[in-house]
Amino acid sequence: MPLLKQGAIVDDPWVYVGDDDDLPNGGPVIVTLKRWREDRDALMARGTQVGIRLTSEQTPGQVEDDLRHFGVVALEFPAFTDGRSYSNARRLRDRFNYPGEVRAVGDILRDQYFQYHRCGFDAIEIKDGETAADWARATSIITTPYQPASDGADNVLSLRQRRAAAGG
Amino acid sequence: MYRYDEFDHALVQDRVAQYRDQVARRISGELSEEQFRPLRLMNGLYLQLHAYMLRVAIPYGTLSSKQLRKLAHIARTYDKGYGHWTTRQNIQFNWPKLDETPDILAELAEVEMHAIQTSGNTIRNVTADAYGGVAADEIEDPRIWAEIIRQWSTLHPEFSFLPRKFKIAVTGAPHDRAAVRFHDIGVIVKRNWDGEIGFEVLVGGGLGRTPMIAKTIRQFLPKQHLLSYLEAILRVYNLIGRRDNKYKARIKIMVHELGIDEVGEMVEDEWERIKTGELELPADEIARIRAYFAPPEYEALPAEDPGFAAKRFEDRACAQWVRSNVNHHKQPGYAIVDLSVKPEGQPPGDVTDAQMDAVADLAEAYSMDELRVTHEQNLVFPYVKQSDLYELWRKLIEQGLATANVGLVSDIIACPGLDYCALANARSIPVAQRISKRFADLDRQHDIGELRMKISGCINACGHHHVGHIGLLGVDRRGEEYYQITLGGAPGEDASVGKIIGPAFSSGDVVDAVEELVNVYVEKRREGERFLDTYRRIGEEPFKTRLYEERFHAAA
Repeated sequence: MPLLKQGAIVDDPWVYVGDDDDLPNGGPVIVTLKRWREDRDALMARGTQVGIRLTSEQTPGQVEDDLRHFGVVALEFPAFTDGRSYSNARRLRDRFNYPGEVRAVGDILRDQYFQYHRCGFDAIEIKDGETAADWARATSIITTPYQPASDGADNVLSLRQRRAAAGG
Repeated sequence: MYRYDEFDHALVQDRVAQYRDQVARRISGELSEEQFRPLRLMNGLYLQLHAYMLRVAIPYGTLSSKQLRKLAHIARTYDKGYGHWTTRQNIQFNWPKLDETPDILAELAEVEMHAIQTSGNTIRNVTADAYGGVAADEIEDPRIWAEIIRQWSTLHPEFSFLPRKFKIAVTGAPHDRAAVRFHDIGVIVKRNWDGEIGFEVLVGGGLGRTPMIAKTIRQFLPKQHLLSYLEAILRVYNLIGRRDNKYKARIKIMVHELGIDEVGEMVEDEWERIKTGELELPADEIARIRAYFAPPEYEALPAEDPGFAAKRFEDRACAQWVRSNVNHHKQPGYAIVDLSVKPEGQPPGDVTDAQMDAVADLAEAYSMDELRVTHEQNLVFPYVKQSDLYELWRKLIEQGLATANVGLVSDIIACPGLDYCALANARSIPVAQRISKRFADLDRQHDIGELRMKISGCINACGHHHVGHIGLLGVDRRGEEYYQITLGGAPGEDASVGKIIGPAFSSGDVVDAVEELVNVYVEKRREGERFLDTYRRIGEEPFKTRLYEERFHAAA
């Protein structure tokens, strides 16, 4: 899967390791919650970065104390109609102040780019064959959204405040 | 009323451009119908039995004459010359062509309207008391808060794929004309002991297959926390609402299964963490929105206009119209006028382009350029001088909008039913038309008094039959249309869910059955009792006995 970050396709150094797979000798790996719980010590001892992949049934709150160890938290969309990972991403950013990569994985649609971005995702696994240009068209959709979210962007509420403060 | 500023305009324009691109991709074949479906649903475009249907949002039911003329123009240009008022204060067009829908949205944007979130598993168009700003019993205009909720919920990035659709209603008065207890969230404007404005928040109401009355989750929420509290409820629901079964996915099921106390704790826990964040409403933003809903410049008038009082005395038909269709206004010398869109024998809620143009002209002349759409599918002129009432009444008669039946038995709520809807088991509109004809005699209707009659063509309950004093539910019995009768439902502050009275009636018998129920009431009522009051006092037995033992022996 191509990885889209900041509008460009980038090399993805992370490797998914299945629950029954052997750990590779080096390099950053992403594991499931189950694997993390079973092999926490071994994963920590490898000396390279670890990431975790959570299903939409799981929540970042289940690994709250371990979040500082993760370089990536990948949140799954089992179907694009399952919106739980939007709320989990927002909690990661706003409640747990998680600073690392939050990656959207699964049934990913470019028409949802705006939602991913605003909820705090900063990396997206896009479909094979899709290009950064395809996704660029989706990014410019809504110039200024109404409500604050997890992207820290200007929103109508904040801009009106600024305008009022400037006496406008 | 609210007017867009540059931000509102820009957002709607962006949305039109985005949708135009999506439709072009669908027509070119780049998007399959399956891929296009969630995108069109974000813009209120449904695929129905015969054609696409476009549902246009009318936030909290408020329209200007200019906006209504635009809706008339759309009906004329892109549809077959009519529209249909919905029970959520919106309007539907039943025959738009797919390739023209972006143009419709562009036309709507010119008059500060859109179709965003009128469908899909999103926060739907927020509704409010249709008498907002003018009701005599009001604490504050609910539209201030409905507009604030509208903006927050519009294209909210986190809540576009909820477990199920989500409806919020606001009332600013203790007398609940917005059915807030049958919404996913109901907001009731209140004052605390210090006189500060805030809200009682209810959650988990709804109709559909499993009707539930909402429960209070917070007795008093200070006003600046409205959005953070709503966001906390939505986040909890988005995360733990059921997604395994479409029919158990509404928040009412979550509240029912977990209990209001547990849901309340989860919401409070979430809210505590976000309430002092960016969503805390700044006082000057509340003031800015409130200013749009400031009372208009009323003339200083006597409480009762003597000229009209005399006319009313002389003209019996006018007096009858006043009794059912004219309401007390908070401003002396003014009145709230209900326009009945349910003349004898016509489909409830349908409106032609010519009627819309005429209503727009009348609203301009008699109601300060503004009107409302009610959840009973009627229209309201909120600012009519009593001295204009007689003239207005005469003009409404010419338009067929002065039927003196608002709140009476022929003021029927009905869903589109099998005539239009792919989900329906039975037709709703023809039954409504037959009931309307059966009770055509207005003197009889006025004698019967308030009677909320509601008809749904299937279990999804779009016709709100659960909250009808008399409700009809279309069921399919071996390929034939039958109607189950419920009694005793009520949508307001005395909310109750109607009870099924017995076996369903055939299409041929159902109107007779309704008439018998009304007869029982007329025989048993005490002075001043409405149908609902009598039913509550005497219970279902007398009604049941009449229907199943005396009248329809064979059917039972």
